[in-house]
Amino acid sequence: MEHKLDGNAAAGNLQAIFPFEMTLAQVTCTGCGTTNVIGATAAYMHGMGTIVRCPRCDNVLIRIVHAGGRHLLDMRGVRVLQMKEG
Amino acid sequence: MSEGFISRGFRGRRQQSEQSGRIPPGQYLERGFPVLSAGPTPHTPLAAWDFSIVGEVDQPKRWSWDEFRALPHETITKDIHCVTKWSKLDTHWVGVSLDTLLAQVMYDASYVIAFSDGGYTTNLPLDEVTGGQAWVVDTYEGQPLESQHGGPARLLVPHLYFWKSAKWVRGLRLVDDDEPGFWESLGYNNHGDPWKEERYWGD
Repeated sequence: MEHKLDGNAAAGNLQAIFPFEMTLAQVTCTGCGTTNVIGATAAYMHGMGTIVRCPRCDNVLIRIVHAGGRHLLDMRGVRVLQMKEG
Repeated sequence: MSEGFISRGFRGRRQQSEQSGRIPPGQYLERGFPVLSAGPTPHTPLAAWDFSIVGEVDQPKRWSWDEFRALPHETITKDIHCVTKWSKLDTHWVGVSLDTLLAQVMYDASYVIAFSDGGYTTNLPLDEVTGGQAWVVDTYEGQPLESQHGGPARLLVPHLYFWKSAKWVRGLRLVDDDEPGFWESLGYNNHGDPWKEERYWGD
């Protein structure tokens, strides 16, 4: 009962912020250096927020909170975020 | 007046109003026990588990699982309130008061950072976890605390929103300067008093 989903669910949250197809956006992990599409990451989602973790090393890639009239993003676990146009 | 004149509905409404005084603003009564997790459930073997107090202390102090279990345990019955708006009344726990743990260290600090397996942290003023306000608990409703609810041991600070009651707790770092924890650094209120609805930054 960990609320673990695949990253497509988290990509939906990011879609509200970025004008790109976020399931195909790529994130490079600061922990292990691997690059994955967000759709392939592990997402933990519940009422407090969304935590996106590296599928290889479990490092927290992205934290997302939408609360109190704000969107908050912590992307310290991502070395590079790549989003393709079109 | 005999019992027959008092309707079941009347008794129900009185019980509801007794309970409603215990439910903070914006909360609803939950009969289940929702699980909110930010990552995989840790499964630290008890032989490898320890609880430490570190930071602004003369000497760091560490208890193994057996040493922790041998400490004086108290029975605690408290209402708990999650920032996601559910509240549970009269939850029953058994654990060690932070007063008992802190009495075994010499320290000079203003804040504690509770840290857990998996990297979770939460910050609290020291004067809000002493004087009978906080425990490290290992038993819930008479059973060993389940891993999905933070077992083998979690922090219990029931007067604040439940994200402050860190699951899978492994220790306290005592500090002079406050450091916002996992949720406090990303939009959630640094203090978290449910009776003042301190849910988010700026509340």
